[in-house]
Order: sequence, then structure tokens, then C-alpha cells
Amino acid sequence: MGTESRTSAAARPLSSADVAKVASLARLALGDAELARMTGELSKIVGFVSMLGEVDTSATAPLAHPLDTQNVFRDDVPAESLTTAQALQSAPRHDGECFLVPAVLGDSGAA
Amino acid sequence: MQPLELSAVDLVAALRQGDVTAVQCATAFLDRIEATNPAINAFLHVDREAALSRAADIDARRRAGKPVGPLAGLPVALKDVLCTADMPTTCASKMLAGYRPPYDADVVARLRRADAVFVGKTNMDEFAMGGSNENSAFGPVHNPWDHSRAPGGSSGGSAACVAADMAPVAIGSDTGGSIRQPAGLCGITGLKPTYGRVSRRGLIAFASSLDQIGPMARSAADCALVMETIAGHDPGDSTSLTTEVPRYTDLLDKPLTGVRIGRVPEHFAAGLDPEVAKGVEEAFAVLKAAGATVHDVRLPHAKYGIPTYYLIAPCEASSNLARYDGAHYGHRETAPAGGHRETAPAGGHRETALAARAAGAAAGFESPLVEMYCRSRAEGFGPEVKRRIMLGTYALSAGYYDAYYAKALRVRRLIRQDYLDAFQTVDLIGGPVSATPAFKLGEKTDDPLAMYLVDLYTVGTNLAGVGGISFPCGFTKSGLPIGFQLQAPPLAEPLLLQAADRFQRLTDWHRRRPKAAGEGRA
Repeated sequence: MGTESRTSAAARPLSSADVAKVASLARLALGDAELARMTGELSKIVGFVSMLGEVDTSATAPLAHPLDTQNVFRDDVPAESLTTAQALQSAPRHDGECFLVPAVLGDSGAA
Repeated sequence: MQPLELSAVDLVAALRQGDVTAVQCATAFLDRIEATNPAINAFLHVDREAALSRAADIDARRRAGKPVGPLAGLPVALKDVLCTADMPTTCASKMLAGYRPPYDADVVARLRRADAVFVGKTNMDEFAMGGSNENSAFGPVHNPWDHSRAPGGSSGGSAACVAADMAPVAIGSDTGGSIRQPAGLCGITGLKPTYGRVSRRGLIAFASSLDQIGPMARSAADCALVMETIAGHDPGDSTSLTTEVPRYTDLLDKPLTGVRIGRVPEHFAAGLDPEVAKGVEEAFAVLKAAGATVHDVRLPHAKYGIPTYYLIAPCEASSNLARYDGAHYGHRETAPAGGHRETAPAGGHRETALAARAAGAAAGFESPLVEMYCRSRAEGFGPEVKRRIMLGTYALSAGYYDAYYAKALRVRRLIRQDYLDAFQTVDLIGGPVSATPAFKLGEKTDDPLAMYLVDLYTVGTNLAGVGGISFPCGFTKSGLPIGFQLQAPPLAEPLLLQAADRFQRLTDWHRRRPKAAGEGRA
């Protein structure tokens, strides 16, 4: 299954099922009205950016970054970092040592 | 001696000579902010006491003969996208309302060491996404030249505050034009340096391969002064260049004889406002009269700049903004609007936790934690931010990555190559920075795509990673500023600043100011 079918698949407008799936990946809770509006807007934008399909890039490598830099390392020497208090200073909920969040696991049947 | 009327260069000299104290200077600008900000909304946060205390400290050190930094006493406004440990940093978003970072951005630390006096944090489009400063969660910014119009964006607050004399210098950020376009619409000078010239550490990231911080001021000379402080290598930013920083202010006074400036015929297509076109052609004429030569040059893939940018930037943003999830800082919401379903404190109440899990699952979330992520983000982010996160997530998802994101990266290489090819025959590329002068607030807010097109002349610079400067080259009949843009090869900031400075010695568009506080020029 090459890129061919994906290109033509990509040019079709988005369905609200597509958008709902993307919202779930993006960790965004969208209401019904928002979902409907977003479907229309995203379809329009995706249709617009699809014009890039016109450009012949068969001989062109991707350019992720404008600089020619390769891996930039530093010496593995410990340095000053945030204290626990600093790291927790903006936490919505904490116990002085850790950030507190709602249950991480779903239906795990934990004892 | 009126601090509000002096350039940053003259102000720093006056402060050094003792013609004005740092406290007098800070007071003048803080008073101006108090009088003008209600109508303009350029500032989200002003700390008068802290600024005056800092200024007093600088005055005391100077009186005692102790050394002070090169910008000692200069008031500076900071776009609220820059981390400041002693002031809130909100990115104009509900997501970060009241947030105080635990550290200063590198640029902020450098300016502090130089003894600049921060007057406040400026308004912006939320998370730097926008071209009009209408995407702020804390109200739009009004263009000082006409309060019914937008100042441009996303550094709209920074541009407006300089245009309205609320600060001599502001720091902005530019990902697709967000320094240069508002500078153009507000009649001031703004520089986006070559990618990597200024450290991005502490710049709240939008698109990491495109973002750059830069100065916004009334003149190229003022921008040059600030660049000497903010540019340079930072080991805390692995994309920051190690190339030595030139003494930009020493390099300004050079003639333009023999400098070749490119003019791109495609820039003058339909859609470019005729008054803007006229202003831009007149700017070319001024540069020619100053000794430069103007040559036609082509950027064959320029028309693909917007779609390329509006794939790469949202894709990078979808990754960069994933961190805002309510867990460690920022806005947290655990239950649907009106409900309240927070996790039980550690160590207690297993039944409550189980009930929370069940309720979350019933609402379609994998776990209460994921529900928290989804609700916090849905509430914390505004519509444009959500739109771009969604677009980026879609374009990166399995099955679409090649057709969209990877494709855009290939076109990006072609766009960069266009610039490198053009710079074989010219030293600079000149042209419009915006297709229109400042548009009315509300004019483009119903059509996201129409808003994206305001970046038409500026996105190529960021995609290619090169530098660009915009400065005023005239006014429309109705008194709105017209901006001119110069773009240059990597690390040619000295040439950009020289050319803009030479233009500003021959014209006085950059000296014009809107009418007094509360009025826009008719």
C-alpha cells in the first residue's frame, strides 16, 4: 500500500468521525457543536494545504530544520536544577513531594 | 527632556550621562502605560513597584560608581511568551492564566544582566498563533493609529506599545511573521534574526524549527542596540549558533553603494493593496537613490509558503502543546462543566477513586487521568489553538503523515533552496511585509483561512531560516502605516540593519507617531 492511495484518500473532506478520532489523539474534549464546526473548518484547511500535491518533490529530501547542526552534546556533568519546591510551585494539586493527578489506570481490577 | 520622545540609543546615552535618572525614565513610561493601556490593551501585566525599585537600584549603583550594564535604565516590554520568574507568563491563554515560571528565559536573563528595566508583559495572540492579536484570551489589542483596527500579530501588544510610546523597546517572537507583520501594521521596526541567532530557551515553544525572538523598536539603530545584548550562543538551547555576535551598532553607518536588492515580481500580484504597492515601490526608489541596485529575482515556490507553513507549524505545535495537560501546572479541569469530580487525596478513599474511573469511562475517556487531560485542554485553549493542534495531529497521524507533514518538509527544502539561489545574485530581497495596511478588528475572525493569508509575505523567511526586518516606508491616505520588508541570507543581520538604518537616515516615516493618548490618527 504505497503513498498513492493515501494521497487521494487525503484529499477527501474530513468526516466528523475522523475529527472525533483526531480529537481523542489530541486529548481534546470537543462538544457536539464544536465538533461540527471543527469538521467544516478543518476540511476547508486540509483542502487548501493539499495544493502541495502539485509540487514535484520526487527528488527532494525533507527539511525538518533550517540548520545543518547534527547532534549537539554537552559534557555529562550534573548541574543545578529546580528544587522540589520550585517544581511544585504551580502544581494544581500536590502533596509536597509529588504531583497529584486523577487515577492513571483504567479498568485494571487493582486490589 | 522628554524620555518618551527619545530613541533607545539616545535614552541609554542620556541615562549614562545623568541627564535623566532611571527612576524618572521608568516613571515617564509607566505613567504613559497607565494613561494609554485601557484604550490599547497592549499590556497584560505591569508591575510598577518592581520596575521603580529596579530603576532605583540602578541609579544607586551608578551614583556609587559601581558598574552598570550597557542598557542600564532602559525600559523594555516583554511579549508574554517569554518566561519571567518574577512576573506571570500566560501566552495570553486561559491555560496559563496566572502561571509563574520557575526560571527566566535566556533573553530575559541577558536583558536583566544588562540592567534593562522591565515595565511589563505584552498581549499577544494565544500561544503565538495569529496575525491580528484577536486570539488573546484577555481581549484584543487596538492599533494605536486607529483603535478600530488590529495591530497585527502575534506580537501585537509589543508592536502597539512601542508605537504608542509605552516603551522604547519591546521583545517579540516570530514564527511566521509575528514580529515583522505587526511592526509593519503599527509603523515601527521589527527584526526576526536568522534562526539560531537568539536563544529560544524560555521562549514558550510554538514551532521549534521556526520560532525566533527579536527586537521591536522605533528604528533599526535601536534594534541593533538590543541585538547586541540578546544575540549569542546559549548552551541551554541546542539550536543556538556558536557564531560570534557582531557589534551591530558599530556596523550601521555604511553606505549602500553596490548592494544588490532583489524585487520579486510575484509579490505584486492581485491582492496587494495599491497604496501598499506604491509605498513599497517608493521604498525601492529611496534605496536606489542611496546607491543600491534593484534586480528582478524569482522565488518560484513562494506561493506554496502558506500551505507549507500551515502544515509544519501546526504539526510542531501539536507536539509542543501536548505538555499543557493540567498535570504539573496551568489550567486543570477534571469534570464536565458544572460537575466536580477530583481524585481523592493520596492514601484515601478507594471507593471514590473507583467511582471516578467508572464515571470517566462512561463519558468515553480511557481513564480519569485522560479525562483530566481532555477537559483541561478543551477549557484552557482558545479556538484557534485547538484548530491548529487538531490540524497538526491529523497531518501527523498514521496514513496522512507522508501526504501532509513529510510532503511539506520536502517543499520546505525547495523554498529554502529558492532563497539560497536568489542570494547568489542579490544581497537582500525587498518587498511588502503585508498585503494590506491594518485591517478592522473582526474583519477576518470568521474565516481562519483568510486570517492565515496575512502571513503571505513573511512565512518564507521562517521556513528558510533566514533573517528579515520590516520598517515603515509610508502611510496610506487614511493615515495607516505601510511596511517594507528586507530579507537576507543567514547571519546577514548587519546588512539588514545597515540597509534599514540608511533608509531611516533618508526618510522620517519611522519618526511619525499616532495622535495623543486615546486618539487614533484620522
